[in-house]
Amino acid sequence: MPEPILEVKNLTIEYTSGKSIVQAVNNLSFTLEKGEALGLVGETGAGKTTTALSIMQLITSPPGRIKSGEIIFEGRDLTKLPQSELRKLRGEKISMIFQDPMTALNPVITVGDQISEVIRLHEKTTKLEAAAKAKEMLEMVGIPGERYSEYPHQFSGGMKQRVIIAIALARSPSLLIADEPTTALDVTIQAQVLEMIDRIIRELKTTLILITHDLGVVADICDKAAIMYAGEIVEYGTLDHIYNHTLHPYSIGLFNSIPNFDEDVHRLKPIKGLMPDPTNLPKGCSFSLRCPDCCETCRQRKFELTEAAPGHFVRCIKYAQV
Amino acid sequence: MATILEAKHLKKYFKTPKGMLHAVDDVSFSIEAGKTLGVVGESGCGKSTLGRVLIHLLERTDGQIFFEGKDISDLKKSELKEIRKDMQMIFQDPFASLNPRQSVSEIIAEPLQIYHRVSSKQDLEKQVLELMDTVGLARRLANSYPHELDGGRRQRIGVARALALNPKFIVCDEPVSALDVSIQAQILNLMQDLQEERNLTYLFITHNLSVVKHISDEILVMYLGKMVEFASDKDIFMHRLHPYTKALLAAVPLPVYGMQKKKRQLLSGELSSPINPKPGCRFATRCPYAKEICSQKEPELEEIMPRHFVACHFAREINGL
Repeated sequence: MPEPILEVKNLTIEYTSGKSIVQAVNNLSFTLEKGEALGLVGETGAGKTTTALSIMQLITSPPGRIKSGEIIFEGRDLTKLPQSELRKLRGEKISMIFQDPMTALNPVITVGDQISEVIRLHEKTTKLEAAAKAKEMLEMVGIPGERYSEYPHQFSGGMKQRVIIAIALARSPSLLIADEPTTALDVTIQAQVLEMIDRIIRELKTTLILITHDLGVVADICDKAAIMYAGEIVEYGTLDHIYNHTLHPYSIGLFNSIPNFDEDVHRLKPIKGLMPDPTNLPKGCSFSLRCPDCCETCRQRKFELTEAAPGHFVRCIKYAQV
Repeated sequence: MATILEAKHLKKYFKTPKGMLHAVDDVSFSIEAGKTLGVVGESGCGKSTLGRVLIHLLERTDGQIFFEGKDISDLKKSELKEIRKDMQMIFQDPFASLNPRQSVSEIIAEPLQIYHRVSSKQDLEKQVLELMDTVGLARRLANSYPHELDGGRRQRIGVARALALNPKFIVCDEPVSALDVSIQAQILNLMQDLQEERNLTYLFITHNLSVVKHISDEILVMYLGKMVEFASDKDIFMHRLHPYTKALLAAVPLPVYGMQKKKRQLLSGELSSPINPKPGCRFATRCPYAKEICSQKEPELEEIMPRHFVACHFAREINGL
């Protein structure tokens, strides 16, 4: 049994906004084994980014607050670590790639210096050694080392995202969190960046959490996928489970909403209605308001994730053990 | 079938400090009434500029535009106002394209008022509410403001506003890219229903290839201001003839698992600059099939299969035709 690198247990995160409380993440649990690539899929407001930020311990508080739960990384609970310890972890053991490559880089520092900054923060080395290492990182992501002293505005979107990936991987972290790393990029550039992430994490044996709304991207580079809805994981399993044996009505609706490349349909079958208001989630199953198979019990009570097949978990009355 | 809109050698250049930016360069096509023409390409290929030039939100540099057989390339202000009621636009960003200080009913009412399509206050209210019904907006939202609504509902307001004057032709500039997939599917279905009911013609601009395949009858692929391929949707997906179209389609990550994954054809390099483009084919720097002639002579758009046009010197050769 491979050891888990990250265990999230019953994580609940709230944001206070005015008088109301937004329940961004509700009782979320999952486990990641070393070297695994997990895709966290969901629509706007599903709590994907909040989950990622909580692992980095970067939830701004106030308004955000981890109400309960544990995040155990390599045996230590991150929610209980002091800031000084966390600072040593970030960039060294856990790194994050942010969504928008246009704003994630500092415009007045050369890209090379931004990479060597991470190296010098975590390692006693001279400026020159760090610069040499930074150049190596640039080469690894496919940018010539001579461009070390150029500024972010001299790079295209795809290249900026490569620089960000180089920064995130400079210290070979054991866990990489990528928050919509390719959403802002064009498809041909997206394909290049995805292939690069795939190659590097397999080379460095990095564990990956990939946050995206695009089921196609997950199919490309992940081993497992978790579908999130209103702050909960509604379905979790290997790609074969999620793509070929989809169980949860929300996941099915999500697949039906995507126009299919290979067959022609007259009309798409969208999910009816909208996401529930996160300040006022329904009492029962959070998907009950939009679910085509909803029954009275669904509206009344919540269900736990149940193992429908070995390794395939789903949160729905149809598979709940009574 | 009647042709509703035709563009002939349409060009739009922008003056920049570095030189002329060729945003749309010699684009010609026609759309039949009641059909959808999908325009695809990556950012900076000129697809939005093309849409805007067609309905005179930007003035063209050269070329001609015909609408219902009439040359509308140069219009006086009064003529433009007359033609605008037949040509409308749905914008990409439902957050930025609605006036935050107008309520939903005011936004939808504005075109009706400008064109004096209403006889009284009651009539206006009736028409606005009918439009809201048409696009699936609950009547109780009439006095809400855009910031109170989510992206999907906002985009419905944009659709209602575009429909208010009963146009014949609508330019849809990435109408669903800012939306989540489940909402995106709702809006796409709405647009298709409206098209059938009202015999609307769409120019549908998007970078999302699966969306464009779903909604279009014909597809135009653009690369750096140039048309590289034009064909019916089935044709272009079955027989992609241009090397760029091939690479573009191969790069789309598909939401399927388990099928033998094709080794992805990756394009090396990135888009070159559309400012003072070099002679020859603009795709030559990234093209896996590029030969010497590609960087010297610009390929003409050629009809290689019936109503399937490609601009590539080697279109026949690489496809074995």
